[in-house]
Amino acid sequence: MSDFPAIHAHQFDDAAQQHEASWLGMWVFLATEVMFFGGMFLGYLLYRTTYPQAFASASNHLDLWLGTINTAVLICSSFTMALAVRAAQIGQKRPIIIFLVLTIVLGAVFLGIKFTEYHVKFEEHLVPGSAFAYDGPLGSSAEIFFSFYFAMTGMHALHMIIGLGLLTTLVVKTARGRFSVSYNTPVELVGLYWHFVDIVWIFLFPLLYLVGRHLR
Amino acid sequence: MNPQHVISIRFYATIFGALLVLTLSTAGAAFIDLGGNLNTIVALAIATVKALLVILFFMHVRYSSRLTWVFVGAGFFWILILLTLTMTDPLTRDWLETTIGR
Amino acid sequence: MNGPIEERRQHYLNVNYGLKSWLLTTDHKRIAWLYLIVVTFFFFVGGLFATLIRLELLTPQGDLVQAETYNKLFTMHGVTMIFFFLIPSIPAVLGNFLIPLMIGARDLAFPRLNLASWYIYILGGLFTLAAAAAGGVDTGWTFYTPYSSIYSNTHVALTVIGIFITGFSSILTGLNFIVTIHTMRAPGMTWFRLPLFVWAHYATSIIFILGTPVIAITLALVALERLFGLGIFNPELGGDPLLFQHLFWFYSHPAVYIMILPGMGVISELITCFSRKRVFGYDFIAFSSLAMFVSGQSVYASMIFSLLSMLVAIPSAIKVFNWTATLYKGSISFDAPMLYALGFIGLFTIGGLTGLFLATLGVDVHVHDTYFVIAHFHYIMVGSAVMAYLGGIHFWWPKMTGRKYPEPLARLAAVIIFLGFNLTFFPQFVLGYLGMPRRYHVYPPEFQVLNVMSTAGASILALGYVLPLAYLIWSLRYGAVAGMNAWKARGLEWQTPSPPPTDNFDVTPVVLQEAYAYDVDEPEVIYASEKAAHV
Repeated sequence: MSDFPAIHAHQFDDAAQQHEASWLGMWVFLATEVMFFGGMFLGYLLYRTTYPQAFASASNHLDLWLGTINTAVLICSSFTMALAVRAAQIGQKRPIIIFLVLTIVLGAVFLGIKFTEYHVKFEEHLVPGSAFAYDGPLGSSAEIFFSFYFAMTGMHALHMIIGLGLLTTLVVKTARGRFSVSYNTPVELVGLYWHFVDIVWIFLFPLLYLVGRHLR
Repeated sequence: MNPQHVISIRFYATIFGALLVLTLSTAGAAFIDLGGNLNTIVALAIATVKALLVILFFMHVRYSSRLTWVFVGAGFFWILILLTLTMTDPLTRDWLETTIGR
Repeated sequence: MNGPIEERRQHYLNVNYGLKSWLLTTDHKRIAWLYLIVVTFFFFVGGLFATLIRLELLTPQGDLVQAETYNKLFTMHGVTMIFFFLIPSIPAVLGNFLIPLMIGARDLAFPRLNLASWYIYILGGLFTLAAAAAGGVDTGWTFYTPYSSIYSNTHVALTVIGIFITGFSSILTGLNFIVTIHTMRAPGMTWFRLPLFVWAHYATSIIFILGTPVIAITLALVALERLFGLGIFNPELGGDPLLFQHLFWFYSHPAVYIMILPGMGVISELITCFSRKRVFGYDFIAFSSLAMFVSGQSVYASMIFSLLSMLVAIPSAIKVFNWTATLYKGSISFDAPMLYALGFIGLFTIGGLTGLFLATLGVDVHVHDTYFVIAHFHYIMVGSAVMAYLGGIHFWWPKMTGRKYPEPLARLAAVIIFLGFNLTFFPQFVLGYLGMPRRYHVYPPEFQVLNVMSTAGASILALGYVLPLAYLIWSLRYGAVAGMNAWKARGLEWQTPSPPPTDNFDVTPVVLQEAYAYDVDEPEVIYASEKAAHV
């Protein structure tokens, strides 16, 4: 593992200051992401309290198996990401790459399952818009549920795709020996981002998939 | 700050295991009718625990500086403000009697 | 002031030349200039829309433009001025330039992110200009649903996408400021020695971070509804139009504090310098900035709304009292920046008090959606925020350019702006009180006299704005050369040459004194220098 001196950008006094600034910067960014998703959570909350039966009924049209598997897949990817960060902390180049690649693979599996679900919904005419068709009198409020389903999981998926891009960049940089025990901040920061995306899904899963299972 | 606190693989694996168990629990609990809003409360409680495990251990917040805790707390505090204050509108719409448009 | 020798010294403006050195710069000072150019452009675009509005309102009939066109004019005026001028102006121009200097740093924490913020702003601006060129948008800058999401036939999606993109420019700027202020203060620059300008920008940055993402997702949802039929705000599906309003105002009410807090930071700097006194109640002003950000959250039952609006008046009033107390027994000089600052205090007081009238439910029922509201917010946004911006530009112009602007002309321009402004907007308080509604291109004939006064005022105001544009540009070449500390002010930014070197300080300063130590005669006592120990 290449071991270069702790260099830092010219605006910082030393590597420690640079690390502190980068770490705080990522947390500030994650705070903005919390509020970004927060707006959609608010809308969801409002309509779920207004149309509880429609939300319960619509939720049961989502595939619980696929949702649960996806949740497990994403949690597993957080585990591999944490291991990648750990490997970077102790300067082990090969494990970093292995764990990053595993994270990427798991992320891709998640997206694959997600897009399969989208496809099924499309076939079932449950995509909001002119082609939407829902059996039962709760139709229009169910369309609101599906609007949130697609908006929230879609935004989440977009964040995952960006995450996969970031992870790929990390793999390339690691392979080129850019990281060391004294400098592995990018791995750390992408880890924070990836875990955040996981946390969003941790809340999306029960809110979207588990609303009315007990009412069947 | 995050003073490069290196956590053992075993500890990470324990957290991972806990997260999987919690995921299966929440999926299973969804089928049991707990009455009233309890299903939702339980589901969100489990989700909160899972999120906390990720934040504290995978994201190293447990070992971070107080400033980090402030930043993390601020974000969640703020979204709580967004949710609770806004919900005072739809939840109180029925409270005032009005003769207009009823 | 040795002209030729000054010119040979290397500083951030002459260190290299060429378009690429500007468009690819990571120097916060150059980025501030990039922002200055584009926000000035958008200011005049917004002013153009305002001109057309005021021309239409010269007569009671709708004879200049059709109703639909008028709707587009006030919408585009609002969108341009709020999102592309008022929100970025002081933070992105003065904040970017001054914050590293004021805290003794070489640059912001993330210089490349700073440049990216500018490009993101440009991209958002292009989308919005494209929407304007394609025919504009007529929903009002507030984009209320379901008109904006379903029924309007104008370029809503293009405009909201432009605002969405530009929002990220603010978010990244706020992120940069927060991290910089937390981690890069010079030795001895404790939180309570920071200039109030920095405190103001810190509070503003918190609002950027916590508020802007909410409007971003809200506008994104409107765009999704228009483009893909996602039915979140659609009443036919059971959608709640009020949801949009809650989401929109969760940002937009704090946004008005984004628009005024930086200006208040500027005023604190100006008042103290031109009274040669420490700011009265420094701690109170610092904390009142944070209090304004907290109590400015929008809420839902009218009673709570009213209460919180009144609560936010308290920190505002604290500031006004403290500035006035700073003036008391100060040694006051009436240079142009001070004229702007004094104008600010008066106009902000009027704007703030009329805000209280609007917060009072009984009064608000009467004047809601009338010109009273328009006058109120223009007293804050134009009479206060724009004046603070101009005051700041003049005050720091010698630092930014190494040149003085022509002082007599600048004072004249400040007076013209003050008079023109009041002639434009004071009649609007009366109009609103008499019942003239906002967003209408026609009005009852008995309102014409006041409207003509308002338009006359607007033309004077326009002249007032053109003057600084002209003489500031003139001064770049022909202005008197300014020394390091043109105003003999306190503050780290005045302890480095004008214009500053690229890395701001030749040696890292060490701060030994409180802020605004005007009672100390020798600035050299305030700062010791240690050799910068960076690589």
